[in-house]
Amino acid sequence: VRSCVEPQIEEDYQAVNVDLQTDATLQVDISDALSERDKVKFTVHTKSTLPNFKQNEFSVVRQHEEFIWLHDSFVENEEYAGYIIPPAPPRPDFDASREKLQKLGEGEGSMTKEEFTKMKQELEAEYLAIFKKTVAMHEVFLCRVAAHPVLRKDMNFHVFLEYNQDLSVRGKNKREKMEDFFKNVVKSADGVLVAGVKDVDDFFEHEKTFLLEYHNRVKDASSKSDRMIRSHKSAADDINRIASTLYTLGTQDSTDVCKFFLKVSELFEKTRKIEARVAADEDLKLADLLKYYLRESQAAKDLLYRRGRALVDYENANKALDKARAKNKDVLQAETSQQVCCQKFEKISESAKQELIDFKTRRVAAFRKNLVELAELELKHAKGNLQLLQSCVGVLKGDT
Amino acid sequence: MAASSPRNPPPLPGADNQDPLSEMADEDSDEGEDIFVGNSNPVAESFQTDTANGEEPADLFSEEEISTTVNSSITTTKSNGVHSDNENDLFAEASVELSMENPSTIARENPTTTAKTSGAEFTPSRTQTQPKSIEQLEEDKDEDSFDMDVAVTNPEKIGDGMNAYIAYKVSTRTTLPMFKNRTFSVWRRFSDFLGLYEKLSVKHSLNGCIIPPPPEKSIVGMTKVKVGKEDSSSADFVETRRAALERYLQRVVCHPSLLQDPDVREFLERDELPRAVGTHTLSGAGFLKMINRASDAVSKMTVKISDSDAWFDNKLQEVESEELQLRKLHAVVESLVNHRKELCGNTAVFAKSMAMLGNSEDNTALSRALSQLAEVEDKMETLHQEQAASDFFILAELLADYIRLLGAVRGCFEQRMKTWQRWQEAQSTLQKKREVEAKLLWANKPDKLQQAKEEITEWEGKVTQYERDFDRISVTVRKEFLRFEKEKSKDFKSQIVKYLESLLQSQQRLVKFWEAFLPEAKAIG
Repeated sequence: VRSCVEPQIEEDYQAVNVDLQTDATLQVDISDALSERDKVKFTVHTKSTLPNFKQNEFSVVRQHEEFIWLHDSFVENEEYAGYIIPPAPPRPDFDASREKLQKLGEGEGSMTKEEFTKMKQELEAEYLAIFKKTVAMHEVFLCRVAAHPVLRKDMNFHVFLEYNQDLSVRGKNKREKMEDFFKNVVKSADGVLVAGVKDVDDFFEHEKTFLLEYHNRVKDASSKSDRMIRSHKSAADDINRIASTLYTLGTQDSTDVCKFFLKVSELFEKTRKIEARVAADEDLKLADLLKYYLRESQAAKDLLYRRGRALVDYENANKALDKARAKNKDVLQAETSQQVCCQKFEKISESAKQELIDFKTRRVAAFRKNLVELAELELKHAKGNLQLLQSCVGVLKGDT
Repeated sequence: MAASSPRNPPPLPGADNQDPLSEMADEDSDEGEDIFVGNSNPVAESFQTDTANGEEPADLFSEEEISTTVNSSITTTKSNGVHSDNENDLFAEASVELSMENPSTIARENPTTTAKTSGAEFTPSRTQTQPKSIEQLEEDKDEDSFDMDVAVTNPEKIGDGMNAYIAYKVSTRTTLPMFKNRTFSVWRRFSDFLGLYEKLSVKHSLNGCIIPPPPEKSIVGMTKVKVGKEDSSSADFVETRRAALERYLQRVVCHPSLLQDPDVREFLERDELPRAVGTHTLSGAGFLKMINRASDAVSKMTVKISDSDAWFDNKLQEVESEELQLRKLHAVVESLVNHRKELCGNTAVFAKSMAMLGNSEDNTALSRALSQLAEVEDKMETLHQEQAASDFFILAELLADYIRLLGAVRGCFEQRMKTWQRWQEAQSTLQKKREVEAKLLWANKPDKLQQAKEEITEWEGKVTQYERDFDRISVTVRKEFLRFEKEKSKDFKSQIVKYLESLLQSQQRLVKFWEAFLPEAKAIG
């Protein structure tokens, strides 16, 4: 499956983060994508006036693992401790869709040719939609990096954009994955400890409480919205089958009631398409929005954690210095250490404050845009449905 | 029984010459009912003359028109139900009486038939109506304007524990004079409805009548109610049953012949109904199955009886394939109901989580908008719930009803085949008897010969009767089927339109919800 990224979805994801693509010095997008058996190949296209690139415009092919490598390199970089690292795009997941297509193939014998063709089209459309989404999510990640005043200058990022060979970034092997797992466990335990430390700064103390609660609630809302939208899709599928069966009933004869069935079948076909669109739009504007902010709020929490960690280190360094001075032993060492910690902490604090403010601004803007668009689309579809129903009922009543 | 008082169709409301014989004689109840009851003013008038002459107007009120090629004397004009079609050319005497039992009733029919033939006023209509085709029958306007309304309401739990039951109020509103009052109501329980069905089946199904089947028994559903589980599922169950019982009764009283049945009247009118026994073991469906099983072997026969039989074969095939599709459709609609209920639940949960998120959000305008969104989702939950109810009560139940009814229709066709088979068997027996007689003649055994001759006469009589029975049931089945098709068409149309209107209302409300929300969303920032 190839995809020229649908501009609509692209826009939606861009709009999740405002202020993108306004800078001519560096513009990044995914111009093409190819889905092979179990991987997706993205064509990353760059336009730049920056001197460090060999050309002004160039493209490379990247896979998901390489995006993850880039993201992790940011996270591991101490220099970027004070920034919200743009969340990594989720792994392309076509498993569910593939499974459905397979099931359809198996059940081919039990349905009529029309039904089969219809369902196949449905599933293919679904597959395509998932594909487009994953492309858009990878693109947003790159755009966020490109828009960030500091991250855009990152060396790894430039290599990612320009180096036209395979980055040889293999996926993590079992051992590395286990290491990661333990690292995360340690981190969350530490995170709890660090979070327990009361911050002198009101702003950060407030942010800590806020983000913790917000993140949990977004998580909840995200999973609940997914479930709701799934039910919605199932209902739309049922209406599809009703339309098919009514069609079969309608074609059995040419009596009055059969003609009636055909008209109703046609109506359901149309309303079903609208219902499916409603579910898809809710997915795009609501569910995906929540998912994105789930990841971003986690990234913001990570920032706070790093700052908290730095604060604890700073306070420990202070204590160590006092102790050293008291014992008059290794004072210089302690002083240096304390200075380093202090600088680190202050640096993080400074950028973190701005990052968190920006995060808020972005969030409010993104929610506004998506909620307005959601409402507009829901209205449009409801009115469309209404019109279809009104005209059909009018015709049916007139006939009787 | 031959001289018993005739079955009078209920005269039209407002018809001023009320036939004095409006009281149906109950002794006729065990005889085959004359299903060709109908009335139109012209008929009433002309029959008044007859009654005046002391003739039996009896079972000759038929306005059914079915052109049959079976018996030229059996020409009936079309009518439908209890009320008139306003066409004047639509009456002739019915010559088909649906009693199967004894030759005497047939004998009764004959003289009156011939008597009627002489009626001058009838002849023109007869020649007129004779060529009228089935298609015209199907096209003729069907004014099912019944002055008869039944409702089943107020389910009440009587008693406690495992002996508890639900009593339903059956209310009738009518202007038909065969009832004692204009409005009246009685209390009935589910087994009473089943009892009614059984009585009607016993009497009419062998004639080829399509008896509307009652709703199914449900041990699970009833146990919940008995045990006193006061939750929405038992409330739903009671409501589903109440609605199904109401539709069942409405179909029964819509049926012109069944309406005449005294058991139906008794069911609607009588204060205390004797407890229907045996229904605890035999549900409506079970009874039908019993009848069907007996004729299952017959239905396998694919022998074409006559030219007109192609019609029956075709129709049976149509019924079978339609039943299949309806079952499929019903299954999908049930799936839709479930998914909508699921959607309803998930929406409610989502609304709550949205409200929580709104609370967390520290930007005031966004927080407000999120709370508003939560409210919209809450309203959607109610919408989905109502929609699921519509899906179920209007659509799913309609399909379930017709799946049951199509089963009854099939039973009807099978009855006809059974009758045909009986006739065929009689013919072959007769043939055998004749062979025996021939042999005896040749062997010259005079005493046995006498017996043989008697047997031949007996069987000749049987053959004639069975042939007539078959012709009669063929006519009935055909008529019943056409009537059924009309009702079905009407039913489906009206119910589906009702369903679409409910969908329409949902969408209208949706539009309102989102129109109210949009400014809130725009106010963020």
